[in-house]
Amino acid sequence: MSNQFHIQNWVKIKNGKIFNSEKLIFDSSEKELNFFLKACYDFLDLKYPKFHKMDGLSKMGILASEIIFRKNKPTEDTALVISNNASSLEIDRQFQESTETFASPSLFVYTLPNIVLGEISIKYKLQSENAFFVSEDFNAKLLKDYTESLLISGKSHQVLSGWIDLQNGEYDVFLCLVSKERNIPFSEENLRKLYCAENDKPTH
Amino acid sequence: MTNLHTELKESIIEQLNLEDMDPADISNDEPLFGDGLGLDSIDALELIVLLEKDYGIKLTDPAQGKEIFVSINQMAQFIEENRTK
Repeated sequence: MSNQFHIQNWVKIKNGKIFNSEKLIFDSSEKELNFFLKACYDFLDLKYPKFHKMDGLSKMGILASEIIFRKNKPTEDTALVISNNASSLEIDRQFQESTETFASPSLFVYTLPNIVLGEISIKYKLQSENAFFVSEDFNAKLLKDYTESLLISGKSHQVLSGWIDLQNGEYDVFLCLVSKERNIPFSEENLRKLYCAENDKPTH
Repeated sequence: MTNLHTELKESIIEQLNLEDMDPADISNDEPLFGDGLGLDSIDALELIVLLEKDYGIKLTDPAQGKEIFVSINQMAQFIEENRTK
């Protein structure tokens, strides 16, 4: 069972930098979240107007998955297993503020963390299994076990797995694509190692 | 084109986050939903909020939106006839 699956490709977005499989591909001095997200959108030349309507968490998910899926095309059964600490707290707060005057429907629709899974699924036409976990810290065991169960059961041939956290304007994203194709062995240790690489500290 | 038409286009672009659009990109008789501007059901709800917030018009029946949000022309006419601010 061990090393049956491998990490094909991974991406990290934190502190204005985007790393793709250890290579720094984008470095921005933009401190404000929305400007940084727009700079990433322009850098990737996304041309996806719906992006501008999304909350920060979904934008992060779209940017990170775009980087991975440009190299490794997803299939209909590419599953998504994502986790974070803050759930959808960032947009929850914004929605709460809007209710003091006129409650915003477009903020309300993002007040669940798993909406990011839907946005990724819509953009890449995935009709697959997906799960979103809220946990105190990056939980390599949880991600490994759930991702492996999807692959072993044959429900998916590859899984996009990882962490997308956003709170108080600070973001911490790590996504990896896991399949049988040989590359970095998919293990708790390697997941932790890749997540912690370049990570000064978690967002919480 | 009246000031109201321009104001409406600017509000719609800002409120609905139509980032890559300018008011000049929206024609007055272009359909706002479907093939035209391509707005969706959440955008329709935001337009209902916009009517109340900016013009003091409260739609009691959301189905009215179908007739009002046909185009900028239609919206402007409805606002002129019903605005309270």
